[in-house]
Order: sequence, then structure tokens, then C-alpha cells
Amino acid sequence: MNLIAKPSKDNIKTYVPIGLFLVSLSFLDVFVNAFFNFNLMGFLPSQLSYFLPLILGYIGFYLIRIEFSGVRSLDILNKNINSNNFNALLTLFTIFIIIKSIPPMLDWFILEANFVGNSKDDCTGDGACWVFIKVWFNRFMYGLYPDAEQWRINTAFLILFAVVGVSFFVSEKLKKYFILFLVFVFPFLGIKLISGGSFGLEYVESAAWGGLSLTFIISAFAILFCFPIGVILALGRRSSLPAIKYISIGFIELWRGVPLITVLFMSAVMFPMFLPDGTFIDKLIRVLIAITLFEAAYMAEVVRGGLQALPKGQYEAAKSLGMGYWRMNALIILPQALKLVIPGIANTLLALVKDTPLIFVVGLMELAGMIGLAKTNPKWLGMAMEGYVFAGLVFWIICYAMSRYSQNLEKKLSTER
Amino acid sequence: MTKIIELKNVNKWFDKFQVLKDIDLEVAPQEKIVICGPSGSGKSTLIRCINRLEEHQEGNIIVDGTELAENTKNIEKIRAEVGMVFQQFNLFPHLSILDNCSLAPIWVKKLPKKQAEEIAMSNLKRVQIDDQALKFPGQLSGGQQQRAAIARALCMEPKIMLFDEPTSALDPEMIKEVLDVMVDLAKGGMTMIVVTHEMGFAKEVADYMIFMDEGKIVERAKTKEFFENPKSERTKLFLSQIL
Repeated sequence: MNLIAKPSKDNIKTYVPIGLFLVSLSFLDVFVNAFFNFNLMGFLPSQLSYFLPLILGYIGFYLIRIEFSGVRSLDILNKNINSNNFNALLTLFTIFIIIKSIPPMLDWFILEANFVGNSKDDCTGDGACWVFIKVWFNRFMYGLYPDAEQWRINTAFLILFAVVGVSFFVSEKLKKYFILFLVFVFPFLGIKLISGGSFGLEYVESAAWGGLSLTFIISAFAILFCFPIGVILALGRRSSLPAIKYISIGFIELWRGVPLITVLFMSAVMFPMFLPDGTFIDKLIRVLIAITLFEAAYMAEVVRGGLQALPKGQYEAAKSLGMGYWRMNALIILPQALKLVIPGIANTLLALVKDTPLIFVVGLMELAGMIGLAKTNPKWLGMAMEGYVFAGLVFWIICYAMSRYSQNLEKKLSTER
Repeated sequence: MTKIIELKNVNKWFDKFQVLKDIDLEVAPQEKIVICGPSGSGKSTLIRCINRLEEHQEGNIIVDGTELAENTKNIEKIRAEVGMVFQQFNLFPHLSILDNCSLAPIWVKKLPKKQAEEIAMSNLKRVQIDDQALKFPGQLSGGQQQRAAIARALCMEPKIMLFDEPTSALDPEMIKEVLDVMVDLAKGGMTMIVVTHEMGFAKEVADYMIFMDEGKIVERAKTKEFFENPKSERTKLFLSQIL
């Protein structure tokens, strides 16, 4: 009778050790099975041994589910992953799946993967062929940019990182000039350095640009320009002047309603047909303008959300102090509205970065595009997996960094108690 | 005596609903006027018309010699001369109290930052929250926030101050600290138009009382006469309920 009593504080001394033992046993069984391919419970009938970890874990979790046990760690465990039978099962399944999936992933990524060599033939193991990434790394970073000139891209990015890095350590007053430099001077300086054509630098046409550096260039320019345009459109959409209001609405709805891939195609193929003969706008610039305007439409709606969230009193207080439209928006309304929509802005900018691979439709190849090109190289067929895992990892690092930055910004700008 | 505010025959509608009906009002410099009346009687709308947070459709409003009309430039100039204090304080939550006070002097009156901050500090001292200058509005109590809002308006060195139910959103024990500041301001000779239900305050500072109902000025009288010998039945009824 005593043995099958409901787990409670009275029998905590016997039930918890037994329960923990059973749970550990079930994990151990799955672990040994997954990592060493050996079935601890092999002596049992096959169907029973298959489900045994689940049954053991389930009973174990039942035994340790003691309400208000007085043991803090046990209470936390029960509350979070073992609150009822169903949750106990979900916990078991989740942990089993994680344990089971580690060995094959480990094999593919590292243990059976190939790191040394120079060609596909060096990849003899069953795992990933990282040789592919190693051999093509230069192309993935710089596209078809001439090897001898790549120092120019490196220099441009080094200057960028140096300026950004130093700006974290200088006084507020100097910081202002750093930001002005980054926004108004550096983009054009950097582009001049990379494209060349003057100061004794060899001209490199934009069709040769590519790889991760192009991802950065396009993302940076689009972010830089889509933000102010988006803010102006958001203000325009709320304007009391009908002409400005309807132009803004029209612009936003037009660009939001068209897929980016269409916009890019039109910018590269159709747009030149409407230009007068003899005029020529670089393809990359056309694509940049297209992405910028496309994302600006999204940005406008995000910012408008923030504008609408502000109480009317803020507008009235600003007006009552004699501020005109622009001062009111620049000093009072936008700082608050933008702060409110930092998560939305981050969302849009992340989407922008991840949209850049679409420029392949016009023949420009950033990181993912270069990988797409490399995997169709006859000497390297069948490397799609390695390539796209690599691209995924790089994009994830970029986006996660942006996400963390936006969270920090949110915290820093918070003036609530 | 020249008038600093003149309203002649002002009418205003919200869609089809008429909120202000034939309002005539004259205010001389340094006069203190308290407007009272039941809610929805148009008192707030009336003072919001004086700095054109609301637009009137008929009649003339002349503030300090300038007529309020469709001309934007004039309106901003007038607003800079007319301070306003709101029921909900409406401090700027993203700025410190000091920045709340010095922002408009810097950007609207184009004062150098240092001078604007000196003015801000002296006004914060006047409302006795100079020790809170570097805090953000969210860290202050309601009474402190409203005093900061008064200081913010004073920093523009206005000729006229409008108060739109300044104590209605406050806890009872905080009302006094705000009213004290307003009494002090009145004694300093500021022209004030106050919408309030605080009749004790009205008796102490007001030169004139105005009673409004259904968009009309029902009664305008010297303060003593207004409380002791109201003429209209409506005023009597209102006073009997509020006192």
C-alpha cells in the first residue's frame, strides 16, 4: 500500500532517489544507443526495449513530481518541465531527440568531415567537404573582384571597423563627428575606393563585385537610405496636406504590393529602356535604388506604427511651446516614436539583409549567389549542402549581431524607471 | 487699458456639434481669470482656442495684438508667448526634466544652451524641484511632474499662462503643492486663465470668474460678487453642488 501511494512530502526520501535513478537510466540508455550504437536493454524483447526509456523516464518523472517539496531545485524542475504527465512526456521526447540527433550532426560537421586538400577528390569521408568552402573562400568574400585589388575592399572595411570601434571610446561630442563621417563621408569614400577609376586606382566595374563584401555594401547603403526615406514617407502619410498624404500612400502601397524580385528585374531590365539614348546608370546603383525604395515603404509603415502610438498630448505640448512642424517632429515626436519601434525597425533591416541574395535575378552575386555559382562548377558538383550551410551560418551571425545591437539600443534608450 | 486677449463673437463646431457659442471675452495684462462649469461646457476648448490648439470657425481671437488665423508663422510666435499647462502634464518622457525645460528656449528662442539651462534651473527652483532636474519624468510623482510642466512653460517667459484643469489628474495630497506654485505665480503678476474646479484657489487669486455652460458664457463677474451673489440660476445651482 505504502509503495503505490501518491508522491508527497512524506515519501520524498524514497521516491525522489528512485525517480531520479529511473530518469537517468532512461537518458543513459538513449545516450549509449545514440553514441555507441549499443542497446543496454538488448536482453529484453525488442518491442519493449524500444519503448523502455520512455516508460522508465515517465515513471521516474511521476515519482519526483512532488508539489511544494520544499527542495528549491526540485520545485523549479517540476514547475518548468514536469508539471503534468503530458509535459513529462514532451520533456522526454525533446531530450531524446536532442541526444539522438547530436551524433549524426557531429559526424557530418566535424568527425567525418574533410578539412584538408584542394579539390573535390580530397573529400573521401562521409561528412561535409569543407575543402569546398576553403578553396572558394576568396570568391565567397570578394566575388569576381580581381585578386590584386582586393586590398581596396579590405581597406574600406578596415576603416569602417576602426571608425566604429574608436567611436565607442570617444566623448559624446566627438562621437557626433564620427557619426556624421560614417553617414555622409564614408559611404562615398568607400565606394570610390572600391570602384576606383581615379587617384591612380584601377577601375573595377560593379559587375565584378560580389560575395560577402557585396552583401555588406548593398545592405549598408540600403539601410542608410531607406531609413530617412521611410521616416519622411511615414510623416507624409500622416500629413494634413492631401497632395503629400496621397503621394505617400500611393508610393507605399505600390512598393509594398510588388515582390522584390519583380522590382529588381524591372530596375535592371525594363528601367534602362525608358532612359533616353546614351544615358547609362550602373546596374548596381539601379539595384540599390530599387532595394532602398522597396524597404523604405516597409520602414514607413513601421515608423507610422510608432507615430500612432504616441499620445496626442505630446504633439500639443510641443506645439504649445511654439515648435513648428519640423522641430516638433525632430525633437519630440520622432525620438519617442522611433524608440518605440526599434524591434520593428530591426525586423525590417534583418529582412533587408536576408533579401540581398535576390539580386541574383539581375546577375549580381553576393554571398549566396557566389555559392550558387560555385556549386554548379563541374569540378565541384554536389556541394550545395556545404555551401548553403556556410551561407546560413554567415547570415545568422550578421543577423544575430544586428538583433543584439537593437536589443542593447532599446535598453540604453529606455527612460522608464 | 489695452487688452492682451480679445475674443469677439467666437463660434466653434466639432462636426455639427457647436462647442462654443458667441464667446466674447477680454483679458487685460496681469489679470487672473478662472473658468468653471460642468464638464462638456466648452471651457477647455475655449482656452485651447487661445493658443490655437483648436481652430475656431467664426469670430476673431486676438492675442497680444495678433489675430489668430490661417497664418502659421504668427501662430508659432503666439504659442511661444502663451504658456500652457495640461491636465495630463504632457512632459516629454524621453528627456530629463532639465532638457524638458531647456529644449524650447534653445530651439525656438535660439538661446545658447548654457543660458537656457540657467533659465531652466531658476524656474525649477521656483517650483521647488531643482533637485530633480536630472531625473526623467517617469521617476517623478504626479505633483512633481505638474510642477515641472509649469516650469517648462515658464522657461519660454510667456506673457500669458493657460491652465487646463492642472490638478484634475492628481492625488488630493499633491494638489496643494501645485496650487501653491500657481498662487505664487499669480502674485508675481502673470496673466493667467485657469480652468479648474478648485474654488478655494479661485477665491484666493481670481480677479474675474467665468461660468460656462453648453458652450456659452453664462456669467462673468468679479470673484467676490460671483461667489456671494451669483446672478443666474444655473450658476447658483452649480455653485451649490460644488461648494
